[in-house]
Parts: sequence; structure tokens; C-alpha cells
Amino acid sequence: MDHSAERSLSTYLTGFALAVVLTAIPFTLVWGGLLTGPAVYAVIAVAAVLQVIVHLVFFLHLDLKSTPAENLFFLGFAAVLIFIMVGGSLWIMMDLHHRMM
Amino acid sequence: MLGRLTLDAIPLYSWVAMGGAAVTVGGGIAVFLLITYLRAWKVLWTDWLTSVDHKKIGIMYVVLALVMLVRGFVDALMMRAQQAVALNNEGYLPPEHFEQIFSSHGTIMIFFVAMPFLTGLINIIVPQQIGARDVAFPFLNSVSLWLTAAGAALVLVSLVVGKFSTAGWTGYPPYSGIEYNPGVGVDYWLWALIVSGVGSTASGINFIVTIVKNRCPGMTYMRMPMFTWTTLCISILIAFAFPALTVVAAQLTLDRTLGFHFFTNGDGGNMMLFANLLWIWGHPEVYILILPAFGIFSEVVATFSRKRLFGYKSLVYATACIAILSFTVWLHHFFTMGSSANVNAVFGIATMIIAVPTGVKIFDWMFTMYRGRIEFHPSMVFTIGFMVTFVIGGVTGVLLALPPADYLMHNSTFLVAHFHNMLIPGALFGYFAGLNYWFPKAFGFKLDAKWGIRSFWFWIIGFYLAFMPLYVLGFMGMSRRMEHYADPNWQPYLIVAALGAICVLCGIICIAIQLYVSAKNWGSARDITGDPWNGRTLDWATSSPPAPYNFAVQPDVRDIDAFHDMKIRGVAYQAPANYEDIVMPKSSALGPIIGALGFVLGFAFVWYIWWLAALALVLGLVCVGIRACDDDTDFVMPASEVAKIEGARLAQITAADMHDMQDFVPVGAASGAPLAGRV
Repeated sequence: MDHSAERSLSTYLTGFALAVVLTAIPFTLVWGGLLTGPAVYAVIAVAAVLQVIVHLVFFLHLDLKSTPAENLFFLGFAAVLIFIMVGGSLWIMMDLHHRMM
Repeated sequence: MLGRLTLDAIPLYSWVAMGGAAVTVGGGIAVFLLITYLRAWKVLWTDWLTSVDHKKIGIMYVVLALVMLVRGFVDALMMRAQQAVALNNEGYLPPEHFEQIFSSHGTIMIFFVAMPFLTGLINIIVPQQIGARDVAFPFLNSVSLWLTAAGAALVLVSLVVGKFSTAGWTGYPPYSGIEYNPGVGVDYWLWALIVSGVGSTASGINFIVTIVKNRCPGMTYMRMPMFTWTTLCISILIAFAFPALTVVAAQLTLDRTLGFHFFTNGDGGNMMLFANLLWIWGHPEVYILILPAFGIFSEVVATFSRKRLFGYKSLVYATACIAILSFTVWLHHFFTMGSSANVNAVFGIATMIIAVPTGVKIFDWMFTMYRGRIEFHPSMVFTIGFMVTFVIGGVTGVLLALPPADYLMHNSTFLVAHFHNMLIPGALFGYFAGLNYWFPKAFGFKLDAKWGIRSFWFWIIGFYLAFMPLYVLGFMGMSRRMEHYADPNWQPYLIVAALGAICVLCGIICIAIQLYVSAKNWGSARDITGDPWNGRTLDWATSSPPAPYNFAVQPDVRDIDAFHDMKIRGVAYQAPANYEDIVMPKSSALGPIIGALGFVLGFAFVWYIWWLAALALVLGLVCVGIRACDDDTDFVMPASEVAKIEGARLAQITAADMHDMQDFVPVGAASGAPLAGRV
């Protein structure tokens, strides 16, 4: 019992540290002006997606082996919907942007 | 101290607005006095307002929806009256007021009629259909209700203090931005959406968890009643779509209040992103409103055709397909924004595809009725009216899905006719069918059928009279939301449409009479068994009205039509060997308090009363904290009390009250073939 509690605490702390790092990177880049243009957007997007995965794995204990298949199914469904919404919005707005140049 | 709230906020600008304010205030005072006269405050507070019982919460949702339906309908009547007379003159409404009316009509009908109506019916029925004792999070359920009510209250208050939005129910910027709309109207609209949107999102999550986790033994996914299936699908839609609305409303609020530039003309803003985000929510929302009605039609059509639902599996898959496809079509609401042909074509085709699963459903219902023994109960009549009328709306929808056709019809009254043709038969008739069908479950006596049929005829004739002319006017070039016009050819059609609105008014009056007559004669129309229509699903296994715990013992489900199967097996009204203690959630005053704080927060933000907004926010968080620290949220209903309630119920039921199931031994039940014997 103690052992698992310890392990879970260390999991949370690892997750927290990773989350802080992944938050700090975009902030540093933008505040410090180290990177500009499309590259900075790409870095922010990647850091954000990685952070989502960190939250799922370290805080919500998502695990491809032990998590019930039902929950993974719902998560996959969520991923598809988010892909449709975000991807669709980017496509629509980019298309408009090019036509308005 | 009071921000921008001054005496100017009282609507002295037109006698019509003044009248509306007077009616709203007068109605509020009348309700207050009536409750005081009946000395009902204590009962109301302890038994209803603070209740976390899903059935009572459901009833309160439906009451909210019916009250707001009257308000939203008065708006509609005023618009029809204005357009019927406003040929080459100003009519009786100033433009500024007319704009508020069409904005509040749309906002109210979508957010405060359709949403609470369907949430109410789901609350009353779904836990019973899956054999559960309550929803997964009863307290959250109460918070959802009161946040929705707070949003509705904001819209009502806007009639008395200040003005409502003039930007239409979709509130597109830049017109809804602070630059062109500096008043409080758009803020009222935004805060009504944000506050009630939080409640709706919580409801959605609550029902996903309830249906996934709280099903009774034997209730597999493919045995869930259709209404439960549609609820599961729309709850998922709510959980994913409503955040988009909350975000877009929050962004516009930041633009308006703190000088951000998400959607402004200049400074890098992009108002087209608003349309995009709004409809990412908006299109799934259409299906959020319609799918539960489809679930109701599925239940009603099977019960009153005396047959098993035809093509259960195809209905489930069609529902799931519609739910997913509903996230892939949102651009069809703004084809004319100027996307390239490729983008428009993709979304146009996706829109046409969505008609396929919908068509599957229509055929399933027709095959359920085929050779069935149809009983023309009001809910069945609403269902048949829906099937005939909805198909017309579907066809005009496929027409609008063609981008080139949409360029012609866009923003015309043809569009107005189309979406009313979807939402009135598709959603509202479904809710009315549900009201007639499940009323005895909620209150223990049946609604008067005669007045139900009358209300149906007024509604459907009124609908055709009011909206078929709008299709024609759309082809004649009339755009929507016109305060006055100069083309004399339009007026005859608009007069017919106004007559249609009066016909619908008679339909609403019939519903009021139906409720009154039924309540007066309740003793002669009592539902003793809890199964007045010879129902097929588990919701009819409980008493009417159900005991607080719904099921004394968890039912054992062996068939899609679980209760029908239990009646045939002869185990429907058997008392168990012994009863157990049942753990029930306690009532909580925090639900209505959090709702009230939500209202204060919204009101304070609308009028820039910053100290009050901060106070409401802090108190709201304190309430959440208090609740989170409260470990004593349940009480135990002892087995002896359960035995007493159940014993009294079973003693009341005589053999004569029960449906004769001997004749219902199914003949090829799985094939959906008709059953032998008499009804």
C-alpha cells in the first residue's frame, strides 16, 4: 500500500515537472523573442499536444495495457472529433486567408 | 457603484416594450402572490427547489421550457403581426425593438425552450429506462437546472432592465462587437449563453456517465431503449460541442469588455472565425435538439402500434452515424462566406449524406406501423404529423445543401421556413409527444386526449399556414428579419403566415386547457399500475409517479423490450422475497444558491458592476468548496419503509388493472411481424 502510494506520488511529481517544462518552453520562446514566425506556432502546438499526453498518462493514469478498452474507445472517439474540429477550422480559415490575399 | 446601470435602463422608448416589461414584472408578482396565498413557500423550497431527485428536476426543467415557450411565442406573434402590416410603413414596432424581438425569439426557443424541454424529459425518463435509481451526479444535476434557469432569468430581466441584443440569435461580429453595439443587449445575450451553457455541458457529462455506468444487470448497450440511445449520443455531442460555444462567447465577451481583438475589424481580428466556431457548436446543436425527439418517436410508435420497434439495430447505427456526421457539416451555415469551391463541395456533400441515416429512421418507423394495431393517442398523432411534415423540411434541407442553390436562398425566408420545418415537427412535436406519453409517469394521471388531439391539429395547421408562405416568399426574394418592405406582392403571403401564427396560438391555448382539464379530473384518469399504455420499456415498470428510489430491487433485463418481456414472463408485478436499505442523495440548497449567484454574476458583468461580479464569483467558489468538503450527502431509506411503499403499491393493483399479456405471446416477434390476438 505504502509502496503504491509512493509510486503514485512520484508519478504525479514527474507529470508536474514535465508539464511545467512544456509550459515554460513556449513562454520563454515568445517572451524572449527567441523564435518568430510560423516556427513559434509549431513549437507551441507541439508543446500543447505533448502536455495533453502528459496529463493523460501521469495524472489520469492512462495506460494502453491496464485502462479498460471502453475508456480507450471513448478517448479515441474524442481524438477523432477534436481532429475534425481543429483540422476543419484550420482548413476553412487557411482557405479563406488565401482567397483574401 | 452601479456601473452603467441608471434609470435610463427602464424601457420607456416604446409602449410595446413598456408593455412587455409590465407583463414580465406583473407575471412575477402574480406567481409570488399565488405561492404566498397558498402558503406553499416551505413546501416549494424543501420538496422541489432544493431537490436533487432526477424526476423532480426533470419536471422543473419542463415547466421552465413551457413558460419560456409562451414568452418566445409572443415574440413570434409580434413579428408576424409586424410583417403582416408593415407594407410601405413602419408598422407598430420601431426597428430597434423589432431587432430585439427576433434576437430574443431565436435565443429563447433554442436555449430556454428546446434545451430545457429535452433535458427535462431525459431527466424524468432515462434513469428509469436503464433501471437506475438516480443519475450519476444528482447534485450536479440540480446545479445544471439552476444555471439554465439563471440564463433564462437574464433574458427575461433584459426586457425590464435595459435592452436585449439586436444582433440576431447568432450574434455575428463585427455588428455584435463593442464598436457597433455599445449597449448592454449583446452582453445579456452572451451571459445568458455562457451561464446556461455551463449547465448544459454539465448535464451532458452527467448523462454520459449515468448511461455508461448506472445500467442495471442485463441492460447491455444493444438492449437500451432508443430514447436512451439517442440521449447517450446527444450527451456526447453536448460534451464536445458546447465548449466551442462557451469559448466563442467568452472570446466575444473579452472583445467587448476588455478590449481584446479576436473578432474585430482591425488589429488582427477575424470575425469569420466567430462564424466558424459558433457553427462548430451550432450544427451538432441541431441534432442535440432533434435526436431525443427521434428517440421519443421510436418509443411512441412501437407502443401505439402494439409492435416491437422495426430495425432496432439500424436505428441505433443511424443515430450514431448522425451524431458523428453532425460534426462534419458546420460550414453549410456559411457557404456564402467565400470559401473555395473545394471546401464548399466537401461540406455540401457531407450535408447530403446526413439525409441517408435520417431516411433510414423514417422507414423504420413506417415499417413499425405497417400492419400494426395503431392507436391514435395524441403522442402517436404528433408522431405521424412529424413524419409527414419533417420529410418536407428534409427535402428543402438537401436543396440548401447545394452551395450554388444556397447562394440564392441564403438569408431569405426560405431558410427561415426550412429550419422551422426541421425544429417544429422534428423537435417540438417530439417533446409534445413525450409530454403526452410520459405525463402519467411523472404525475400519476393521464392527460386529456381530446384536448391533446385539438392542440395537435391547431399546431400542424398553424405550422403549414405560417411557414409554407415563407418558402414562397424566399423564392420571391424576401430576406429574413425585415422590419418593413415595399413589395405589395409579399403582403398576402405574410398575412397568411400571421394567420398561421394565430392558429399556433390556439394550439398553445389547447395545451394549457389540456393541462387544466386533466388536473381537474385527475381522479378519473389515474394510472394505478404505472403502465397506462401497455408499454414496452423499463420506465413503465415503476409506479406512477415513481417512488424516490424508482426500483425497490434492480430489475433483471433479458430483452430489448425489457418490461414487455417481463409482463409476458409474468414477473412484472412480483414482490421480491425481501427488501434492502436504499442509499439516497440528500436535498441541497446549494443548487439554487449557485444558480442565483450565476444570475448575479451575469447581471453584474452586463452592467459593469465589478465589485458585485467579483463577490458572486467568490461566493460561487465558496459554495463549490462547501459542497466538496461535505461528506454527509446521502441518507439511508430503511428496508421497512421501502417495503411499506412497495406493499401499498402492489396491494392497489388488481388483476383488472393489468394488461392481458396472454394475447401478446409474440408471433415472430424478432421479425417485427404483427402479433395475433386482440388488444
